[in-house]
Amino acid sequence: MKKMINNISLCEPLYKTLPKKLLIKNGTVIDTYSEKESVTDILVSGGKIEKIAKNIKTEKGCEVIDATGLFVSPGFFDMHVHLREPGYEQSENFVSGTNAAMSGGVTSLAAMANTTPCIDNKFVFNDIQSRVKGLLVNVHQIPAVTIKREGKVIVEMTELVEAGALAFTDDGNGIQSSETMKGALEYAKMFGTPILVHPEDHSFVEGVMNESLSSTELGMSYIPAISESINVARDIEIARYVDGTVHFQHVSVKESVELIRKAKKEGLKISCEVTPHHFSLTDDKVRTFSTDYKMNPPLRTQEDVDSIHKALKDGTIDVIATDHAPHPSEKKNVEFDFAPFGVLGLETMFSAGITYLVRKKKLNLMEFLKKITVNPRKVLNLEADLIKKGRIAELTIFDKDKKWKIDRRQLKSLSLNTCFHDETHYGKVLYTINNGKIYKA
Amino acid sequence: MDDTLKGKKLLKTKHLLGIKGMCREDLDLILQTSESFKQILETPNKKVAALKGVTVVNMFFENSTRTKISFEMAEKRLSADVVNFAASSSSLKKGETLIDTAKNIEAMKIDMVVMRHSTPGAHKMLMDNLDSIIINAGDGAHEHPTQAILDLMSIVEKKPNLKGKRVTLVGDIVHSRVAMSNIHALKLYGAKVQVCGPSTLIPKDIEKMGVEVTYDLDEAIRNSDVMNILRIQLERHVGASFPSLREYHNYWGITNEKLARAKNDILILHPGPMNRGVEIDDDVADGDHQVILDQVLNGVASRMAILYLLSANIGGAK
Ligand SMILES: [Zn+2]
Repeated sequence: MKKMINNISLCEPLYKTLPKKLLIKNGTVIDTYSEKESVTDILVSGGKIEKIAKNIKTEKGCEVIDATGLFVSPGFFDMHVHLREPGYEQSENFVSGTNAAMSGGVTSLAAMANTTPCIDNKFVFNDIQSRVKGLLVNVHQIPAVTIKREGKVIVEMTELVEAGALAFTDDGNGIQSSETMKGALEYAKMFGTPILVHPEDHSFVEGVMNESLSSTELGMSYIPAISESINVARDIEIARYVDGTVHFQHVSVKESVELIRKAKKEGLKISCEVTPHHFSLTDDKVRTFSTDYKMNPPLRTQEDVDSIHKALKDGTIDVIATDHAPHPSEKKNVEFDFAPFGVLGLETMFSAGITYLVRKKKLNLMEFLKKITVNPRKVLNLEADLIKKGRIAELTIFDKDKKWKIDRRQLKSLSLNTCFHDETHYGKVLYTINNGKIYKA
Repeated sequence: MDDTLKGKKLLKTKHLLGIKGMCREDLDLILQTSESFKQILETPNKKVAALKGVTVVNMFFENSTRTKISFEMAEKRLSADVVNFAASSSSLKKGETLIDTAKNIEAMKIDMVVMRHSTPGAHKMLMDNLDSIIINAGDGAHEHPTQAILDLMSIVEKKPNLKGKRVTLVGDIVHSRVAMSNIHALKLYGAKVQVCGPSTLIPKDIEKMGVEVTYDLDEAIRNSDVMNILRIQLERHVGASFPSLREYHNYWGITNEKLARAKNDILILHPGPMNRGVEIDDDVADGDHQVILDQVLNGVASRMAILYLLSANIGGAK
């Protein structure tokens, strides 16, 4: 409510211009590209990294962040975000969405194409790109694979790649036709551009939660694990056949994980991501009947979560991405069957990783951070070596051990639908820096 | 009125959302009170003033002739003021939300809400948003607690000690709101619970609830003390998981011929409405083992008991 009343003020960007010179002093710089970690200073000048060294002398007029005890990381990258603009601006928009991103330490993100209108041609794409310029957060709009995401006619990929598209995705819809998927992968191969695949076979009866003991006891309609893994298996076969590049979005079941592990061993050009909710929570949560736990793919079983942890550790899962999916409370505050799928993610990606992975020793800090910094940039063929002289300072400064209680009303997103409300998380982002701008928590 | 009704004991539960999570003592008290009300129903007057001045709203967002009549009858026998509200669940999807609808009705000063809804858990939403006492008259394929209580009553009347007795639910378990509530209730009474039906109508991992599973009706008939025959929803199934009603009847329909292999004192229940010639044959539906019309009367008596016992919480449900 509060957010709707103050809609306008809340939609102002939360960043400030960086001072001409900024010294980040005495932080533990964790460079996930070179996999090195050391206590050192970083001098940012005119928005760019000027110097990385110990004990840099403070010049006159230079502002200082005392980062003693804090970590300085390459800015986080969330490659799965629904910014809802254009079409659903009451849920989120470019400003509120990027505010949420920077408060979660995310300096770059990839926005999905399931907007209205759909991002399926160069003209809409260019319009979006021009409107997200000048923000702290780099917004990479990902166009659809097919016109209106209908799974039939592929978009004008050549033109879109020339206009700067990094990948293509029909996210929200699984591409049902094998013929279409084969065509898309074969066509995109010309540019080395990956197809980001939402793996789902829609021929199964529509369900609202995972098929398991929980759905049995709750009497809820269900989504079987195989509705995901069948499409993973198929697209691995197609990728092998056409030598295409596939990135599987939000994998959630152990069957998918195992298929991907095997395909990677064969050397296929395959990568994948998992969401924080799928590595943190199980379908037991649905027993509360709270629509905060309604998402697609749905929360799965403990066995699936265990297999995801293992796959994160052994590198089968490359990327952590949130599938940030804002919905206004009037849409979510209804019966479970009627609520839309999706939960917020941007502001809790980092703390969920620290809380559920790093502190529980599923991953060490470096392994976790790679999955939200270097790896997504590599999947999208972007420069991944950020902490070096001359580069635009794109940095996230955080306190690894700081505790905070998640309160949906305090989030910067325009929507409230977090699945971590009231949880105590560890790990808090304190500063987010990019494009000559700075966000301070 | 007998002692049970005079010295009003209290249920631990404040609402009746489901059998899961209820304790044995509550069910015992409901059954005991139900028998008292049944006696009253057998008298010429049939009516008591127990809920005089209490307003009950029956909100039915799904078709239900039987349950709705049973509740309405129970409410009127208790002298409650009754308001009926019917709409389709799909109207909630488009128009006013459930919470708004319910809050509007509550603003007119009501005390208890009986609701049937297509979505599991819809009653919890109601409970979280209203001050009224909530009674679940069926939420999707989740729970239908009053049905389980009337089934239990009908069984216990004939077989007072259920410990170790095998009760089999036959038919469409996966889409049934009766099955889960029955399983939870029967387990509280120490019965062995078995489900029987085509594999596609048995939900995943149900055996993890401590339930036996068989696809073989003959086996189930031989080893059961009680069989509860669930309704096949004619419009729902034929397709990928259900070849035909013909095949269903041949393999899972209860006929007198198949029943010849059963224990002598087997009880046959059916929550109704029956599809004669599909899940149950005429000669079984009207035969010696069935207690189907007992169930109907027990339905009114036990709903009276539930309304009566829960009414003690009016004004302080939260
Ligand atoms: Zn998706």
